Amino acid sequence: MGNSYAIESQEMSTSIILQLILSGVTIGSIYAMVALGFNIIYNSTSIINFAQGEFVMLGGMFMVSLVGPLNLPMWVAFPIAVLAVTLIGMAFERLCIHPLKMPSVLSLIIITIAGSILLKGGAMFAWGKETFSLPHFSTEKPILLLEATILPQTVWILGIIGMVVLLLALFFRFTIVGKAMRACAANRPAASLVGINVKRIVLLSFALSAAIGAIAGIIITPISLMDYERGAILGLKGFGAAVLGGLGNPMGAVVAGFLIGIVESLCAGLISSHYKDAVGLVVLLMVLFIKPSGLFGSAQVSKLKKF
Amino acid sequence: MSKLNSKWMGLFCLSMLLLMLISGCAKEKKTYKVGAIFAITGSASWLGEPEKKTAEMIKEEINAAGGINGHLLDLIIEDTVGDETKTVNAVNKLIEKDKVLAIIGPSRSGTTMAIVPIVEKAEVPLVSCAAAEAIVSPVAERHWVFKTPQKDTDAVIRIYEHMQDKEIAKIAIITGTTGFGDQGRKQLKKYAEKMEITIVADETYGPGDTDMTPQLIKIKGTNAQAIVNWSIVPAQSIVPKNMRQLGMTIPLYQSHGFGNIKYAAAAGEAGEGIIFPAGRLLVADVLPEDHPQKTVLTEYKKAYEEKYREPVSTFGGHAYDALKLVIVALQQAGPDRAKIRDELENIKGFVGTGGIFNFSPEDHSGLTKEAFEMLTVKEGNFTLTE
Amino acid sequence: MLGLVALPMVMRNPYYLGIMVFMGIYSLISIGLSLLMGYAGQISLGHAAFFAIGAYTSGILTTKAHLSPLPAFLAAIVLTACIAFLIGIPTLRLKGHYLAMATLGFGQIVYVALNASVDFTGGPSGFGEIPRIALGNFVVESQLSRYCLVWALVIIVLLFSLNLIHSRVGRALRSIHSSELAANAMGVNTSKYKIQVFVLSAIYASIAGSLYAHFVTFISPGSFDLEFSILLVTMVVVGGMANVWGALLGTVLLTLLPEFLRGFKDYDILIYGSTLLLIMIFMPEGLFGLVKKLRTVHGKT
Repeated sequence: MGNSYAIESQEMSTSIILQLILSGVTIGSIYAMVALGFNIIYNSTSIINFAQGEFVMLGGMFMVSLVGPLNLPMWVAFPIAVLAVTLIGMAFERLCIHPLKMPSVLSLIIITIAGSILLKGGAMFAWGKETFSLPHFSTEKPILLLEATILPQTVWILGIIGMVVLLLALFFRFTIVGKAMRACAANRPAASLVGINVKRIVLLSFALSAAIGAIAGIIITPISLMDYERGAILGLKGFGAAVLGGLGNPMGAVVAGFLIGIVESLCAGLISSHYKDAVGLVVLLMVLFIKPSGLFGSAQVSKLKKF
Repeated sequence: MSKLNSKWMGLFCLSMLLLMLISGCAKEKKTYKVGAIFAITGSASWLGEPEKKTAEMIKEEINAAGGINGHLLDLIIEDTVGDETKTVNAVNKLIEKDKVLAIIGPSRSGTTMAIVPIVEKAEVPLVSCAAAEAIVSPVAERHWVFKTPQKDTDAVIRIYEHMQDKEIAKIAIITGTTGFGDQGRKQLKKYAEKMEITIVADETYGPGDTDMTPQLIKIKGTNAQAIVNWSIVPAQSIVPKNMRQLGMTIPLYQSHGFGNIKYAAAAGEAGEGIIFPAGRLLVADVLPEDHPQKTVLTEYKKAYEEKYREPVSTFGGHAYDALKLVIVALQQAGPDRAKIRDELENIKGFVGTGGIFNFSPEDHSGLTKEAFEMLTVKEGNFTLTE
Repeated sequence: MLGLVALPMVMRNPYYLGIMVFMGIYSLISIGLSLLMGYAGQISLGHAAFFAIGAYTSGILTTKAHLSPLPAFLAAIVLTACIAFLIGIPTLRLKGHYLAMATLGFGQIVYVALNASVDFTGGPSGFGEIPRIALGNFVVESQLSRYCLVWALVIIVLLFSLNLIHSRVGRALRSIHSSELAANAMGVNTSKYKIQVFVLSAIYASIAGSLYAHFVTFISPGSFDLEFSILLVTMVVVGGMANVWGALLGTVLLTLLPEFLRGFKDYDILIYGSTLLLIMIFMPEGLFGLVKKLRTVHGKT
């Protein structure tokens, strides 16, 4: 009897760990999407856009309005919501970043924070202070995976992230614009010398990262709900993932996002949820102390950016 | 002739107008200034918003009906942003600059605790809309402070009694890391032993969390027969969704912080069957006609929902009770802070949205556990448990 | 300076004095941050943590260990200095956004710890009944006495900092800001100076925290979150971080602005954001940069 109980509890614990890792992947995928957005802007401008989380929030909110009151089908609403946030991202760049001459990194941080306050305030007036939810893309019935369960929505999220990463890689590798953006990232003055319109690239990078933020917001809202205040915390987690992965490395950001999600989930499930949010950060600090440019960042790049 | 006439006519009209104005002024009594502080923006705005709307609505109603003993009510509403420093500044402004007679709010326990010393020293009556019991106890040090939400301990006792009926002895608790969640966690632990209930898991989640499956997986690994999810933040709706995902079928209890139909809507189908204690506002329609609260509840609900086109929540009800109590005290006491306080302390049998209030020098909370009804979610609506 | 002394004589209303008290508390922190950011060129998005450590140490020692405020205050300073030193050594090796993230992470860890260690800190509900500061029989309770105490400390801290800037240390710090590599080559022990100024700014924040705890008499983690750290950095940058006076100016503006905006109700958030944005777009050097420019223009005419 005692023996069989031991076997059962062992089986239980492997399935528990599998389930926790799946939860971590769900949470981590959200961080990864936000971190991707940080990276695109950082790469072409070396700006950390503290309003990135607001793009995520706006994506979710637009989708809520389009699907709810306007009653559009999901597949129609999705591109419209992304387009709307992309336009907001471009307006954000034109209003906040474009007018600056020779800004310091610190003033850029404050400007993006001011911008995020405005976006948040705007969202408060547009959607009010309630929390919204969206229907899942397909059924809500969990899928049984080995001995753990996963929501179909999580599968959607993972699939969409995979697509976004793939498309980004292709875009940066094979299109002229993508190559120009990479050139800007590598060496701005040189890029400008060979005739790349750096200002336009900056605008483009804001458009692109707003779009990615919006996609993130749309796909996570069915799971995580959305309200106008949510942007800041999502931005914070995404920033952590971007730094952990090494700024300027989109793949690193995705890996780091999943890593933080899984660490948090394991901590909450196996040790204690009270310190869950600290554990991810402790790991981040430890990594930075050993490797000051993040897991996959290049030391040279990190030295160049100073205040 | 006509020229002269019209000149005189004009003068006559003007003097008449002046006379009316003067007499009007003489008739017009001084307004009664009452302060209101709510978390209208910031991370607790879903709490402050219905409170603000309710208070504004009552003010309009009372002034349209001629005010308090003929004095118009001047309600000065300030935003705390849910932040203690800003609340301290707001209260100082209301007391020192606006010279209000009494203050209602704030929305949160933490911000209330930060201003208790200020109103005690300035001797201004405060009727808080926050739940924590420390707000009104020890009552000897809370001479000027009252509160309208039902007590946490009463909510805990009602939940535990319900569990005893269902022969549930081992439970898991999962609480939000806000003042409300933390107070609930402390009371749940404190009363567990007395009520012969064992807490086998004690987990928390942040107000910004997006997924509580890790905590629930841990709970799933225990022998808990039920879960208490005690929180006031919107994220609480994620817990039932996650439980469903994990195939957990044990009963889910929530706190009176679940008292907003939007939370049930956010939980969707997963929210069906949640059991929680709440005031009767949420089930006003199904109360028997002869229930003493029936009229108050249905009238408030109707007025609010017609005016703002959104469902009432118990949070707005707390502001309703707070302002109505102050108005009752003002009617009796007139513009005198000390007398208003004395009146508040002596209010008996006041029918509010939260229950029937009976204040006394020993009790500045005024409600008993009978103020709660055990509710459940059925087909997306709140209804009484059988 | 004279205006400061004269102010309470014309402005007796405790509401305004109360705002001035908070302004003084924030000034203590922003002066330290401007030393760190403007002079040593390092950023910290985690100074709310040092403010918290000061407040909680003072609060816990006076309420639970029944120490009187002064020794608790000193203990808070020592504890903060130790923590800042230990955190500073590995953290200040980081550069740019990595430093920003590391300090932010430290701040968040402290915030989580304040929430989680319920037995010690009271958890998210916080704790109250913190005694007021008493000097002999005189209890610092009225807004006027608080005002005097906090601004006296601001003046002391300000004088000390100005002195520091014009000393050898100040020159070394500025050399770090313009080029750390060059400073190192010149034989300046840059990491030592960086850590020293980091610890000093943490101590200023701790002093402010202790005052906050004894003035408000109730503390909870909500007052020490990331938003507050960001507010502090914003004060320094908006004021003009190249100068201690700029930091003071920024603090004055960002403490008064929300009070002015009270009448705008919900719209305050939009006005606040726009004001920040406009200042940063049109005054990249901050408010103090504008003051300086005006002064030179005025000098010419």
